[in-house]
Amino acid sequence: MSGITTGSPGDTAKGDAPRGSGTLRSLLGSPIAMTGVILVLLHVVMAVAAPWLAPYSPIATSPLDAIVNPSSSHWLGTDQLGRDVLSRVIYGGRNAMLISVVAAVLSVGIGTALGMAAAYFRGWFDEILMRILDAVLSVPAILALLVVVSVLGAGAPVIVLAATVVYCPAVIRVIRAGAQSVVGLDYVTAARARGENPWATMVREILPNVLDVVLVEFAMRASWIVLLVSSLSFLGFGANPPTPDWGLMVSESRSLLTVTPWAAVGPIIALATLIVGLNLAADGLAKARGIDRITGGA
Amino acid sequence: MDLAKTTTGLQVSGIEVEAPVALVEKLRVSYRAGKRLIPVLVDVDLTVAPGETVAVVGESGCGKSTLAGALVGHLRAGSRIAQGRVLIDGQDLFRSSGAQLRRIRSGTVAFVPQNAGHALTPSMRVGDQIGEVLRFGRGMDKAAARAEAIRLFGLVRLPTPDQLLTRYPHQLSGGQLQRVAIAIGIAGAPRLLVMDEPTTGLDVVTQAGILALLADLRDTLGLAIVLVSHDLGAVARLCDRMLVMYSGRVVEAGPTAELFTAPAHPYTRGLLASVPRITAPGLPVGMTGGSPIGPGTMPGCAFAPRCPFAQQACTHDPVPELTNRPTLTDSRVSACLRTEHVLAQPVWTAQVRPRVPREFGPVLLSVTGLQVDYRSKPDAASGPTVDGIDLEVRQGEVVALVGESGSGKSTIAWTLAGLRRPTAGELTLHPRTAGEAGGTAGTADLTLPAAKRAPQWRRQIQLVFQNADTSLNPRRTVGDAVARPLRLLGLRGREARVRRDEVFADVGLPTSFADRLPAQLSGGQRQRAGIARALAADPALLLADEVVSALDVSVQASVLGLLDDLRTEHQLGYLFIGHDLAVVRGLADRVVVLYLGRICEEGTVDDVFGAQGAGEVNHPYTRLLLDSVMDPMPGAVARIADASAPRTKADEPESAPPPVGCAFYRRCEQRIEGVCNTQAPPVRQPVDGHRIRCHLPLTDLDRSDELVEVR
Repeated sequence: MSGITTGSPGDTAKGDAPRGSGTLRSLLGSPIAMTGVILVLLHVVMAVAAPWLAPYSPIATSPLDAIVNPSSSHWLGTDQLGRDVLSRVIYGGRNAMLISVVAAVLSVGIGTALGMAAAYFRGWFDEILMRILDAVLSVPAILALLVVVSVLGAGAPVIVLAATVVYCPAVIRVIRAGAQSVVGLDYVTAARARGENPWATMVREILPNVLDVVLVEFAMRASWIVLLVSSLSFLGFGANPPTPDWGLMVSESRSLLTVTPWAAVGPIIALATLIVGLNLAADGLAKARGIDRITGGA
Repeated sequence: MDLAKTTTGLQVSGIEVEAPVALVEKLRVSYRAGKRLIPVLVDVDLTVAPGETVAVVGESGCGKSTLAGALVGHLRAGSRIAQGRVLIDGQDLFRSSGAQLRRIRSGTVAFVPQNAGHALTPSMRVGDQIGEVLRFGRGMDKAAARAEAIRLFGLVRLPTPDQLLTRYPHQLSGGQLQRVAIAIGIAGAPRLLVMDEPTTGLDVVTQAGILALLADLRDTLGLAIVLVSHDLGAVARLCDRMLVMYSGRVVEAGPTAELFTAPAHPYTRGLLASVPRITAPGLPVGMTGGSPIGPGTMPGCAFAPRCPFAQQACTHDPVPELTNRPTLTDSRVSACLRTEHVLAQPVWTAQVRPRVPREFGPVLLSVTGLQVDYRSKPDAASGPTVDGIDLEVRQGEVVALVGESGSGKSTIAWTLAGLRRPTAGELTLHPRTAGEAGGTAGTADLTLPAAKRAPQWRRQIQLVFQNADTSLNPRRTVGDAVARPLRLLGLRGREARVRRDEVFADVGLPTSFADRLPAQLSGGQRQRAGIARALAADPALLLADEVVSALDVSVQASVLGLLDDLRTEHQLGYLFIGHDLAVVRGLADRVVVLYLGRICEEGTVDDVFGAQGAGEVNHPYTRLLLDSVMDPMPGAVARIADASAPRTKADEPESAPPPVGCAFYRRCEQRIEGVCNTQAPPVRQPVDGHRIRCHLPLTDLDRSDELVEVR
């Protein structure tokens, strides 16, 4: 990894080490960040390989085996309809994770483009955009989502769009701040003086230098959207009943919490580990690239 | 003085009259990088007698700042003392408890950091910051601390001390901040002041003022000063003795005057040969290339690879010792094995790259009546930022814009590059002659922003930036940066790569560097890459904005040499922006002196600087600048320091131009009340082409008689 030898260690000692490899190394070197990455990877593998991992079908009911406590045949027991809790937990992240990945890609993608543009163009474009964002940011995320979902229905596309609209403003703000510290630098000035296309300048000169912020934003938005989607399901605005979904499972099983706690605790643990994992990974990434974790928004 | 003798003298008697205030013995500092220990300082000895001023000079990375930190008991995180000790007033700093250390730091030794602007807390009033030292260090109560702070601010010659106490750092200028930092340094009544690059980044006039202040403080307070600097002019002006460091070791030490006149170590010679002289009409010869390597990475003398005197013996261990060698006077030491031989050779400082008389081509750029106004609404108290600029640059000609910060130099360059809109004036770029490919006909209007100019005109003007660190995208390879402007030429793919390699060869970078990231290049290489990017599009005019001011002297000399070669080779016109008059004198053909966005004086280098580099007939502002230049020659004292002849009301630049009259009148000592502040100054021409905008008659501006005796 350190295959780079400069002819002048004395002179370059001040400069940064080559950053790409350095980031990866310090990410791998941090036990906390690695924990996060492993947790997230576990969840991804679980969601993708669910059909092979789950011992039972997640929707097959079996009234005779209903409300069974953990045993050798049902490791996490069964719920009130006799469905295997473990299988439902393994399947239950698919819905929320897919929605959150798509919504996070959209909100971070749009946010990055608009944030860089605001920093690059400044002036009235920046001013108007910021005032719009202020308006959007003043509405609580879950409230906005509830309104949208109750008007337009709880389909996945609706949730994705709503989450994108809700989270985009915070991303724009963060990327704009990051890009502003780059826009004034001489290599951007040089690109302006060459008369480069603004978007080409943004992609070539600015984006590589805010990419760290973008990645951290992505990890954090993804974790928030997972939580948001699960909350919606819990409130009854997300996935519809037979679908295995963590939020829905908690909602359905909470009345049985004293009888078969695992039916509710299982999905809670799954959700918590995913979110903790995403946050640890984001933190580790942020530290590895030497930027502060940006909190705020929802 | 002999280091060894002093040491033993102290240990034996302990009550010697001249007990050194600071004593560094065989100091070795290393820092841990991964699993390796990397030495930063090796066997450094330093003795500072009370009241003595000692300079530590060397280029970046030589360990001089580490030494300065060690003198106040501070090491960077990860560093540790591997050997040796640092005694301040007989107390070992690195064996002192926290409380002892605090007492030493508040009373015996004080540190003035490099960048006062960053060293002061931005959210605290400067009065409170100095108050902390007085109250906690010297146990004063609030009222006494305030009175003392006012006294100290007066001592460092800050105007209206009682009002300044309530200001925040951002409300002060760079020079004022430096003065505040010095005041905080001397607040604890120390015996030793350690200063890290006190003049770097300040305007020449301010620099001269700060140095005059330091000399004054040393004399009145009996302070010992350790001055860490790469500015040899400042060292020559202020210091009794100097240490030259290279690659973590002291390579030569002795009295400043002797080191300047007869440098014994080849590195000292190289440094002196790299500094542009205002007195010499040409560029410095510099020293052979290569960057310094870390201590202990190769056997023998670390300087041997760059040394023209090096022999076989130089590259064998052990490392040559720092000792008094034959033919050196008693007080001097050198680490060069061939001292005797080196001393027998003539000093290179007398040499400069000869200036060949040049033929200039037709006019490339003509600017008439340029005005740039940043004010959002008309304001009776000030005028436009830049006004009434007339300029002409011919092919193969270097026109220098000089002035202090805020003089509008960069604004003019940025306007020409199409990054600022002028509010008035005509800016025209003329086509290059000699049947060029692409056949650009007509002229280009440079009042248009860059994006609206036709590509073939856009490529004719290229910017080179001051700071090589920020002029290249850290995430893109150097080759990529250089290849990008080729699109303006319509080159892509293989053709572009061929052209890129050509440009790399032009600026003296190996082609293999194309795949490197900027962080993997040294400062000088990065600046060369920046020049390569500007050259890639085959421009006619380069706008060079302070391109060498952030570089070490040896690198600076080689980059200046490169710029000089390139303009001859490609018949380039340069608009060279600089505040270092010695550099300008070396490179430029014509000089335009700006003050607050107005031209004060313009003419050929010889007209403006005179034959001796000290000027003859000049605008009062040019004179002030020239007087502030510190030539790296002991004895060549900057005359602004001479209290008997103050030529300005303040050594601080102003920020806003006046609405009418001469821009300089508020600072001018020779101003005519009622004329200078109401009427625009007339143009006076001592010789054809030498224009001075001043109300004073030429006889009053002619100082040629007085100059000869000084230099």
